[in-house]
Amino acid sequence: MTDTLQIRPEAAAAPKPAIPLPTAAARAVTAAGAVLTAAAAFLSWTYSSQFPGDLTVTGYPGGLQWITFTGGLLTLLYLLVGYGTPGLRGLAPGGAEGTTVILAVGAAATTWFTLIAISVELGGLANLTTGGWIAGIASLLAVVGALGLPRDGQHPRGHGLGVLLYPGKRPDLRPARPLHAAVEVVAVLLTLAAALGVFAYGVDTSYPELFAGFLILAGFAAWALNRSGDFGRLGEIMQRHRVLASVGAFVAAGLFPFTQTSSNAEANANLGVSILIFAATALGLNIVVGLAGLLDLGYVAFLGVGAYTAALVSGAAGTAFNVQIPFWAAALLGAAVSGIFGVLLGAPTLRVRGDYLAIVTLGFGEIFRIVVQNLDGTSGPNVTNGAIGISNVPDLNIFGFDFGSAHDFGPFSIGRFANYFELMLLFTAIIVLVFARSADSRIGRAWVAIREDETAATAMGINGFRFKLLAFALGATLAGLAGTVFVHVNYSIVPDTFQFAGPTPPNSAFLLAAVVIGGMGTVSGPLVGASLFFLLQAKLSFLHDYQLLLFGITLILFMRFRPEGIIPNRRRQLEFHESQTEGGQEGPTPELRTAEA
Amino acid sequence: MTDTTTATVDNAPAPGTPLLQASNVVMRFGGLTAVNDVSLTVNSGEIIGLIGPNGAGKTTFFNCLTGLYVPTEGTVTYQGKTLPPKPHKVTQAGMARTFQNIRLFHNMTVLENVLVGRHTRTKEGLISAILRGPGYRREEAESRAKAMEYLDFVGLANKAGTLARNLPYGEQRKLEVARALASEPGLLLLDEPTAGMNPQETRATEELVFAVRDRGVAVLVIEHDMRFIFNLCDRVAVLVQGQKLVEGDAATVQGDERVVAAYLGTPYEGNADSTTPEENQ
Repeated sequence: MTDTLQIRPEAAAAPKPAIPLPTAAARAVTAAGAVLTAAAAFLSWTYSSQFPGDLTVTGYPGGLQWITFTGGLLTLLYLLVGYGTPGLRGLAPGGAEGTTVILAVGAAATTWFTLIAISVELGGLANLTTGGWIAGIASLLAVVGALGLPRDGQHPRGHGLGVLLYPGKRPDLRPARPLHAAVEVVAVLLTLAAALGVFAYGVDTSYPELFAGFLILAGFAAWALNRSGDFGRLGEIMQRHRVLASVGAFVAAGLFPFTQTSSNAEANANLGVSILIFAATALGLNIVVGLAGLLDLGYVAFLGVGAYTAALVSGAAGTAFNVQIPFWAAALLGAAVSGIFGVLLGAPTLRVRGDYLAIVTLGFGEIFRIVVQNLDGTSGPNVTNGAIGISNVPDLNIFGFDFGSAHDFGPFSIGRFANYFELMLLFTAIIVLVFARSADSRIGRAWVAIREDETAATAMGINGFRFKLLAFALGATLAGLAGTVFVHVNYSIVPDTFQFAGPTPPNSAFLLAAVVIGGMGTVSGPLVGASLFFLLQAKLSFLHDYQLLLFGITLILFMRFRPEGIIPNRRRQLEFHESQTEGGQEGPTPELRTAEA
Repeated sequence: MTDTTTATVDNAPAPGTPLLQASNVVMRFGGLTAVNDVSLTVNSGEIIGLIGPNGAGKTTFFNCLTGLYVPTEGTVTYQGKTLPPKPHKVTQAGMARTFQNIRLFHNMTVLENVLVGRHTRTKEGLISAILRGPGYRREEAESRAKAMEYLDFVGLANKAGTLARNLPYGEQRKLEVARALASEPGLLLLDEPTAGMNPQETRATEELVFAVRDRGVAVLVIEHDMRFIFNLCDRVAVLVQGQKLVEGDAATVQGDERVVAAYLGTPYEGNADSTTPEENQ
């Protein structure tokens, strides 16, 4: 149906390029700019080695120069795709020109970010050498050339500067014919390897400038790959090889600690395990928010319930009950207690809808924190040791495997945090499995039906209250499960961790944002959203004071430009961008439809 | 126009046992009595129409039957058992409904909508959904097959993968019927199923309702389209200002002066004080 509406790049009267250049000249300029940009990464950009990464060496790129180098090469690659280079043609089904523009802008953005960072930190433009200027000008040259390329894709009408520079929207693509099975398997494996590589590089960035540069290029590259249609094609292939893709993703994630060999391997593994805990909790929240449509603003409390439960039975000194039970039992207990709290909270509150529920859950989140704070022996019975919290939570020891010490696997040494990373990965796999399977079942359909129209759902025989309670309890259980690992990783636990909003995750606002920005109702959305959020706050710690401000701005921008999140649920994408997909209907009574609406 | 009914009424003997019995249903909202002492019986195999001017209380009465409202007085029994005042339990008991203003799950696919309709006839819980044992797979496959069968019945099988919101209006109505049928009801309640339809679509809906009846499902239908109602129904009840004015076959209803008065008003010479104000039909 939508095919009739589809605008093929060659069929539509494409608008003129933003910069009027003959196509051949535009290609030449872009190519020259891209090659020069990549080459300039080998020059020295500054005189002083005070700027982190040491950009003074000629002949070898360092730090941020690697990112510029990558940006230049990617621009060149998609320029060649657009030129029709044999063997590369299939790489941009959605149009290579728009992709080239995005990549050229991305390369220029990282390059100029670097140049500006050097000037600001070292005090003045005088710190830039000729190499730096060459890189900056070459990257701008590539942008100019790319803007002169013939335009493809769908462009908005209008004359503003934004319209002129906009690289176009990807035309709707028909599903491609499956490739040879072996080729597809290789594509899946390569994608996973690339994803692991990018993630590992991002985690390993050792100074904020490098991370920011990495993030800029990664953002533009992701946009470009979406624009080129490559993400869409890869998604189709992944869908066809779902088992391989999901098992492969977990294997790739499991290999992450082995990619960390530098001196800060342990810190990176710590970051990794924190991301996993955060992401797994967000996935639990996704059941409540994304599937059942219940806005829960106090969700982090369930993580806290699980964590405190595990801490109380871990045998840590100074706890109320001096017991130590095996971890598998503690994990189940933590999940169960958290689930019970979910039911206890849900039973009275789920009778209200919408905003009221949000307020009630917000209240519960705060009540949990304050109660835990007051169970200190002074204001109440001593259970949680009050604001001081429970410290010295012992390391786990499962089947004689001591999580507290490093273990050698061949040439790799896997430290304490890496041990926990692998454990948490197992838990995440369980949570993903629970989420995916319950979403795609009678239960999940009932949740979505309640979210869509509760009255109609009850008219279909769904017990609305019961299923909402089930969603609440299951979400709480999964968060509690994540909490049991959380407490062991962090040695200790204090009530202040579990706030509604704060500069550091986990807190309810961050969790909710990770779900919404990642993509509600999807498995990968909250995982991506959580990784992004966690890395951002961990790497850009100099922004600490402004973090909540930036966080708010990000949310607003997302709601304005991509309300369906980074990884859209198929349904929600159609919901928010209806006008672009719905137009080409055949139907006997379109007038009546509009009249009714 | 008046005689088109006889041909179709003949082949519906309706010997069946009473399915739905509403006796002396009263629904008050504060001082307003929306439904006043209405009794209605639907036997199996019957198509019953419920008509009345706007604001007569038809939909309120419907909501009393389907558990959305708890009647202030009176009882509603289905197959001899008093219906619990909870919509989901009413569906469980065997009554399914459609809505006056279409209430599909817009962002689910057509097939998923019907699968939600299967909810009461399936029972796999969370644990079995996570473990995916053979029992779960069997039930899910069976459910999908049944859902496709209902889609085929209403003529939407080729649109199973479309989002419900992207269906044209007439097909959304059909999907609502398929979704309601998926709960395997003994009685189907249709709330203005032809609202906003053109004559051809109304014809098609008529065929569909007959086909539903031929599957052994009794139908209670609210409608404003008189031709549709009198073509379709074995009996018609007229609701005016919350009260049942008359009930009977098409000829009885059409011949009743009070019904004419309710819809068209009384002649000017008549006693103007005692007529109902609804003249806008």
